[in-house]
Amino acid sequence: MPVAPSGTSSPPSPANGSSRLSHLRLLEAESIHILREVASEFERPVMLYSIGKDSSVMLRLAQKAFYPAPIPFPLMHIDTGFKFNEMLEFRDRTARSVGAELLVWRNEAAIAAGTNPIKLDTKRCCALLKTGALLDGLRHYNFDAAFGGARRDEEKSRAKERIYSFRDSVGQWDPKNQRPELWNLYNARVHPGESIRVFPLSNWTEMDVWQYIHEEKIPVVDLYFAKERPMYVRGEALLPVEQDFMALPGEKPQLVKCRLRSLGCTPCTGAIRSDAETIPEIIAELLSFRSSERANRVIDHDQEGSMEIKKREGYF
Amino acid sequence: MSATPVSVFSIQEFLAEEREKDLLRFSTAGSVDDGKSTLIGRLLYDTQSVYEDQVKSIQGKGTTAPGQIDFALLTDGLRAEREQGITIDVAYRYFSTSRRKFIIADTPGHEQYTRNMATGASTADAAVVLIDASKGVLIQSRRHAYIASLLRVRSVIVAVNKMDLIGYNEATFQAIELDFRRLLEQIAADTGNPVEASFVPVSALAGDNIVHRSQAMPWYKGHSLLELLESLPSSVNTRQAPFRFPVQRVLRPNHMFRGFAGQIGSGTVRPGDTITVLPSGSTAEVQRIVTFDGDLEEAYAPLSVTLVLDREVDISRGDLIVSAQTPAKVAKSIQASLVWMDQRPLLLNRRYLLKHTSQTVPVVLSALHYRTDVGTLSREPAQTLHMNDIGTVSLTVLRPIALDPYGENRATGAFILIDTDTNSTVAAGMITSAGTDDGVGVGSGLVDGWGRVTAGERDARWGHRGGVLEVTGPLELLDAVERSLFSVGVVSCRIDADDDAFILHPSLLEIITRIQFQSGLLALVVRVDESGAAMARTEGEQVTLDATDSNKATAQVHQLLHSAGIFIPSEKAGL
Repeated sequence: MPVAPSGTSSPPSPANGSSRLSHLRLLEAESIHILREVASEFERPVMLYSIGKDSSVMLRLAQKAFYPAPIPFPLMHIDTGFKFNEMLEFRDRTARSVGAELLVWRNEAAIAAGTNPIKLDTKRCCALLKTGALLDGLRHYNFDAAFGGARRDEEKSRAKERIYSFRDSVGQWDPKNQRPELWNLYNARVHPGESIRVFPLSNWTEMDVWQYIHEEKIPVVDLYFAKERPMYVRGEALLPVEQDFMALPGEKPQLVKCRLRSLGCTPCTGAIRSDAETIPEIIAELLSFRSSERANRVIDHDQEGSMEIKKREGYF
Repeated sequence: MSATPVSVFSIQEFLAEEREKDLLRFSTAGSVDDGKSTLIGRLLYDTQSVYEDQVKSIQGKGTTAPGQIDFALLTDGLRAEREQGITIDVAYRYFSTSRRKFIIADTPGHEQYTRNMATGASTADAAVVLIDASKGVLIQSRRHAYIASLLRVRSVIVAVNKMDLIGYNEATFQAIELDFRRLLEQIAADTGNPVEASFVPVSALAGDNIVHRSQAMPWYKGHSLLELLESLPSSVNTRQAPFRFPVQRVLRPNHMFRGFAGQIGSGTVRPGDTITVLPSGSTAEVQRIVTFDGDLEEAYAPLSVTLVLDREVDISRGDLIVSAQTPAKVAKSIQASLVWMDQRPLLLNRRYLLKHTSQTVPVVLSALHYRTDVGTLSREPAQTLHMNDIGTVSLTVLRPIALDPYGENRATGAFILIDTDTNSTVAAGMITSAGTDDGVGVGSGLVDGWGRVTAGERDARWGHRGGVLEVTGPLELLDAVERSLFSVGVVSCRIDADDDAFILHPSLLEIITRIQFQSGLLALVVRVDESGAAMARTEGEQVTLDATDSNKATAQVHQLLHSAGIFIPSEKAGL
């Protein structure tokens, strides 16, 4: 990851006559403040690193927050065993170049038992491979604060999420009993066994994230960019070839120019047809989009208010 | 690259425009059914900030006429409120126009109303107050305007909604405006913070004057709601204010580098500036302003940066770096407005934690001066504050903190209170003034409280209540007891009960100890007894002391004072 300052990324100087800060500088300053507060007030913080664009931005903000010191907490990736190979390579390369400690946590028992979203349903699969593994991993290392890259604009139930989201001793979220959060004064007090999920990107939108990646020249996984990829085509849906058990009898993959809009597990993440090969082209495509970013995620739709239910149970 | 250079060119232009956009945060609040969710849904929909799949997921649902979209469903997030049909917690929404980006803090109008409105207003540059044109100014609108003023939200936009229900009647709109302007004047007189108000007649359901100016109300010559939001003064311009920099963390990657990381609360800093560190008062010069993207020649609020100073100064998290010319005040006693936010009511003389800038300090609420009835704006005497009450209090922090009045500086004038048992955030506080009685006086003093000094204030300052402690024993033990009380900060007054004066005037001892007790002092009445027996007594409790071991005996005395309730329990104070 490039560490050298780039022409477009430095905060505005008075020399250019700018009389106000852009929204990205304001969001950046807010996020850095949050990262520093958590690192200073909690005993064992961890950054949940999911390899996607939001995690990439969050990681860059952590570099900025503690520069010239190293990032003072480890990264943890919850590996469901269904991640694209390109994602795993990118993950290892990124952790190395940032110089951060990388922990990978998997629900090995469930993976060994052959858990997948076809055998179970997506809801139960997520509960085991994502939520279960996450709670196990946090418990195993005794983390008392975990950063996540979730944004409030992603989904309706997230709009009411706090920046410091309190979790009880079994990792659950109670939307009716959240601590009020005023100014930038975050309440970091927890009893032993309780923890906080922290969302430094709460106030960022999908557009902000892409613009920041563009301005800061932050590397992201290649799957976000359009190219010809072998896909199973089912109506509107494009399903990646990574998992062969998904194929119907006689179904053959076709080469389609496409990209992923958000990175999830291979069986549950569809691609979209796209010509966007660069970040400006992705942003242009975003402007023309008529559907929200998580619309290609199967998991959000399997039940009315499904994300809220997952969050109550401890999912990010 | 792409084969369509024209679109690539335009996207570059778009990105350049985006880079220039600033950010406005505003809060909304309203009564149940005055159409707030509908208004926000409409604002999002009309600025193309919702996606087709989100619109599709709510079509045919809700309470509107067939074929009409129920915009409220776009924003009512949680299942619980979907079931009840009402919003229950602060929700944040995002949209942007070609001119600026917006963050809405959308607060519910009924349950826990004050708590949520204050939360939304704490970060807002502007507030949109909703009034139902068919009902006039209701309590919730008054409450929202009051809280906006109390939390010093600069601008208020009053959206008079449901104009369609009253036939777009101009006279009704004007009557409401007149009514509300009068109210805003009363509020400003109470809080001391005038707000700038604009009034706009709208129909969220029909889309009148939300984004575009409406044909239905030709008599209205002003801007639409969105136009008003776009033209309000842009957020956060405190660059000319005195420099304030709460230290969040000391960065020491190696022995060559020592930097102080924080977010600038207000003002501007440049290398070469002379700064003062509070509360210690040490002074240094700024050598570098360090960021990941290179050193800066100048930095201002609210940037997050790291300062390197020209000399070794003892600085840790919680300290405030300020401009040496215009330092902040350092004080232990504070007057503040409080918004109470917890189910458990305020308890005077109980210890809470106060989080202010980047530090958390034990604090005692020493006096509750009055509660403000937001409906009538009257100030009422009160014993406590309940959830959603607003009051004015005196607090004493157990160690001095550097601060400014909230009216001058949001960053150094705001605090929250945390319950030490439940860890809940129980109150939001806004400092109105502070005392400088603590021997660390930096800056000019302000009046410390008002009226007669209360027992609570004395207790808070001294860390114990008034009392009478009688101790009998060998002289050496009496000295040890007095010394041990003195060393933990007890304000005591030693009285030798065998003095001739008391023998001549037997009632004198009782009178003197009563006055001391009422003044919050610990009257230490001693009697020398070298016979080998020793005892201590207070408030009817008596213990026999170990006359041979003064360490043990003093511990017994401290235990006695604890169990008698004279010592106020604390985590950090030595008592």
